Amino acid sequence: MLVERYQPVMLRIARMYVPSRAVAEEVVQEAWVGVLKGLAGFEGRSSLRTWILRIVTNVAKTRGARESRSTPFSSVWSAEGDEPVVELERFLSREHANAGAWAVAPAAWETVPEERLLSRETLAAIGEAIDALPPNQREVIRLRDVLGWTSQEVCNALDIGETNQRVLLHRARGKVRRALERTLDPEAAS
Amino acid sequence: MTTPTSMTCRTLVELLTDYLEDALPDDERVLLEAHLAECEACTRYLAQVRTTIRLTGMLREEDLAPDAREALLGVYRAWRTS
Repeated sequence: MLVERYQPVMLRIARMYVPSRAVAEEVVQEAWVGVLKGLAGFEGRSSLRTWILRIVTNVAKTRGARESRSTPFSSVWSAEGDEPVVELERFLSREHANAGAWAVAPAAWETVPEERLLSRETLAAIGEAIDALPPNQREVIRLRDVLGWTSQEVCNALDIGETNQRVLLHRARGKVRRALERTLDPEAAS
Repeated sequence: MTTPTSMTCRTLVELLTDYLEDALPDDERVLLEAHLAECEACTRYLAQVRTTIRLTGMLREEDLAPDAREALLGVYRAWRTS
């Protein structure tokens, strides 16, 4: 039962650090061995889930570093270099007195009927936007906003810092919001 | 002109996740909330972000492509050959 429950997310985390699914499966196997060995000593200072995912992260990082024989794969977690979450053209430029203010205000989604917000089309647009994200942003938004983990749990499981976690979440939510805007309000979205 | 006593809409948008995560320093949080109190456009934007989070929470894990993670392989290969 434990295996069925955690296997998919463990595999996904492992895949962030190692080059192939086959290696990821080995990593997950090795992590399970670690879990079984450590289970008696598990003190419950974190949730079981956090603890298990931390083990798979550590095994995967070690294995990933060995596979690449150079810098660890953790560079994938870097949040460097991305565009702003709202396009600069949506704001007044420097020659305006009110530079940096919205050129055109965003739409009030409160007026969109709930049936439309919850429609298959809208949710599909969100799913597609998440699937299209870079892997690090995708994993953070999936854990935070789809699965409802806390920021602390995500930081622990993925072994990333809080600032980095927030930057990745910010970019991911920004892109999902834009996808929603394209669906709900195509004229505002560029 | 931006002065230390105000915040532009453009800046607010980039600080919003930190705000929602309760990670903004006090002085920036005060400026952001003062801006929100007077700016309908940013209030709408905040509502859009909250709606985005709420709707994302409606997704089931199965709604996401299981092998979208293939994209990671591309990142990894690009990184190894760079």
